[in-house]
Amino acid sequence: MKVSILKQRDYLVASIQAALTDEDLKNLRDALVAQVGEHRSRGVIIDVAALDVMDSFAVRTLRDLAQMTRLRGAETVIVGLQPEVAFAMTQLGLRLEGVTAALDLDGGLAHLDHQTKPTTLRRAISNPGRRA
Amino acid sequence: MIMSRGVEAVKPPSLPEDQEITPIASDRDIVTARQRGRTLAVQLGCSPTEATLIATAISELARNIVLYAKHGEIGLTVANGGGRPGVTVVARDEGPGIANIPWAIAGGHSTSGGLGLGLPGVRRLMDEFEISSQPGKGTTITTRRWKR
Repeated sequence: MKVSILKQRDYLVASIQAALTDEDLKNLRDALVAQVGEHRSRGVIIDVAALDVMDSFAVRTLRDLAQMTRLRGAETVIVGLQPEVAFAMTQLGLRLEGVTAALDLDGGLAHLDHQTKPTTLRRAISNPGRRA
Repeated sequence: MIMSRGVEAVKPPSLPEDQEITPIASDRDIVTARQRGRTLAVQLGCSPTEATLIATAISELARNIVLYAKHGEIGLTVANGGGRPGVTVVARDEGPGIANIPWAIAGGHSTSGGLGLGLPGVRRLMDEFEISSQPGKGTTITTRRWKR
């Protein structure tokens, strides 16, 4: 299996295990968009550490995926992007516009925890001194 | 090469003398071609970053073949520039060709819903870039990156 999708709390964690073809990437996008609904997930983490190359097609598909899951109520975070892949993406002029990235799974979970917290709670945390 | 005394020189793995051809007809072949490019770059002593840049360029070129020409090939050769090794990538197809080459390599344009960054991006990833194309006859792109 090239990608495993696991449910973790309110989130889906997709771990890419090997190089993906264009078809694999499209299948991953469609599977996650569908599963966000099935599990009522509020966040999606995609671990791309095993991706050998992030070319224009991969970047476009991940951007589409993030946009589609957002329209279904879930935030997407890309984690594990290798330094050399990040370098090649930058040289190629590719941007993950609108897609959040985090260093690793822990970073991705922390981001989603912060992102999906109810607004009132978040405000209370960011202003700890303020009385309700 | 500097070697510690008494230690036999490690013979580098044999490198392909001739062009290694990967036929390109599907998205699976794109992955095969870029993985071969990475392997060759690593064999030449390129860093993981350089190998990734070469693999990414091959991925873009091979995808152009699948998208625009349906099938073609990627040829890989070891280049030698005055003792400095490099990887030469030749992407060949007999597809529709490119009518306006300056427009295709200027960026920001695409006729198949892509980002329109393919060729300008490949030029940035590699050191040398040459394109010859004839409408109705096909396209050959030769690109090279020297080991740093």
